[in-house]
Amino acid sequence: MKILVCITHVPDTTSKIQFIDNNTQLDKNGVQFIIGPYDDYALARAVELKAESNGSITVLNVGEAETEPTLRKALAIGADEAVRINAFPKDAYFVAKQIANFSKDNGYDLILMGRESIDFNGGMVHGMVGELIGIPSISPVMKLEIEGSKGKLSREIEGGKEFIEVDLPFIAGCQEPIAEWKIPNMRGIMSARTKPLTVKEPVDVVAQTVVNSYELPPAKGAVKIVDNVDQLVDLLKNDAKIL
Amino acid sequence: MSILVYIEQDQGKIKSSSLEAVSYAAGLAEMQGAKVNVLGLGSIGSEAWDQVGLAGANAIFHLEDKRLDQGVILAHSDAIAQVFDRVGASTLVLAKSSLGDAVAARLAIKLDAGLVSNVVGLPDLTNGFVVKRSIFTGKAFAETAISADKKILAVKKNIYPIKTDGEVIKVEPLDLTIADENFVAKITGAEKAEGEILLPEADVVVSGGRGLKGPENWGMIEELADSLHAAKGCSKPVSDLGWRPHHEHVGQTGVKVAPTLYIAIAISGAIQHLAGVNASKYIVVINNDPDAPFFKAADYGIVGDAFDVVPKLTQAIKALK
Repeated sequence: MKILVCITHVPDTTSKIQFIDNNTQLDKNGVQFIIGPYDDYALARAVELKAESNGSITVLNVGEAETEPTLRKALAIGADEAVRINAFPKDAYFVAKQIANFSKDNGYDLILMGRESIDFNGGMVHGMVGELIGIPSISPVMKLEIEGSKGKLSREIEGGKEFIEVDLPFIAGCQEPIAEWKIPNMRGIMSARTKPLTVKEPVDVVAQTVVNSYELPPAKGAVKIVDNVDQLVDLLKNDAKIL
Repeated sequence: MSILVYIEQDQGKIKSSSLEAVSYAAGLAEMQGAKVNVLGLGSIGSEAWDQVGLAGANAIFHLEDKRLDQGVILAHSDAIAQVFDRVGASTLVLAKSSLGDAVAARLAIKLDAGLVSNVVGLPDLTNGFVVKRSIFTGKAFAETAISADKKILAVKKNIYPIKTDGEVIKVEPLDLTIADENFVAKITGAEKAEGEILLPEADVVVSGGRGLKGPENWGMIEELADSLHAAKGCSKPVSDLGWRPHHEHVGQTGVKVAPTLYIAIAISGAIQHLAGVNASKYIVVINNDPDAPFFKAADYGIVGDAFDVVPKLTQAIKALK
């Protein structure tokens, strides 16, 4: 089974988010970049499925050269080859068009990615890719088994989950508990250095959205600590006016 | 001009996030001089529609195809695309949800529309179409311009008041065919908590953390939640340990909530948990550790033992009613 895993290169979840250049750019100073946590779940499940089916994993990122260490980490976790589409990921539509263009020539049985990136949180790319290449897209997927040519999935819905059966090929936006995150071992790290990382040029796509400016939420006021529940109820009733 | 709003139902009732989307669309329609068309799919009880008119709909369309009772992503996308064209809409508005996100993405391609998700306010139309959205899991916002002619806005919960001063209007049944090819992904079953308030929809959320020591101690969380008509949530360790189901996990990699009131009990407040709750209007923290980081993100706090404080809080709230 040929699996394509698309990953994002995003600030670590503990990062302090700030902007520069008149609030038009993320301040990357001191920010550590990681594989998106949801993408990391997708990759972990792909590694397990590869072991079950004697398959292969291509890991893909649409990004500039700075994302290569993140792709190498994915190789260390267990992907066989990495591809970087050499472009700034302008918006979800731009990224989806790049992924669709890349995947259509390569006949993947399964395309996995995170349910959403943790920078822009759109959760849109998997659905867009599915529509662009004409295969089903399912998200957010919390369990994924492949039996022959069929996928058996559970998808989280509000208040529970639903069970889905769908033939390959399809695309899934993944989330926990689909698999445990995998930490690369020394052998993986060593072998990642020699696995292929190919750089491809993007196709021309006009993005449909553009960010004019960023802003931070207003600072939170100081917490009011009270001694007992009566004082708390009083605050909720008379200060917040929500009881 | 025409706007289409896609609404979802839960247990026969229109979800409040969908009613919010209708009112948001009515606000946008006022700016554009547009008409608000609403589309509901599958079985929806006749009495449920009144609220849709009151929330600001000018026309309501209903495709009562029982196959759409389930959230079949391809089929819902196909139905919405057909109705979007039929009413000559230029903008699609929907509530961000498990199904809403999944269909919006496919529709962006089907309709060749510019899509913005996590929208937190009405657009600025003075120079194009610029809308504010939440990014970095609530840690920032982005003013985002849509250049495409057609637009899709996936609206975040609790950012726009639900109108109740509209008019109850007649529902127009739709005659549409959804091709079988849209049912290739088969929903074979579901597990869903019956009669519970849905966590992403809730106006009040009561969450418990590992400090509660075990799943057997969730009774007091349930009682407090019941007294407030609240949904129940939990921290990631609690869901990882299997004390509570994953759909109750609030946080960076779980459900992001935006209630009016979030009560965190025996949760220390790791940054990944805070990312799931930072859109809450008021946060109450109950924790026996005065140095718990959650207090810094809270509006109100009690330093105390949850086993002592929570039952008293439930009593005090019951006494109010």
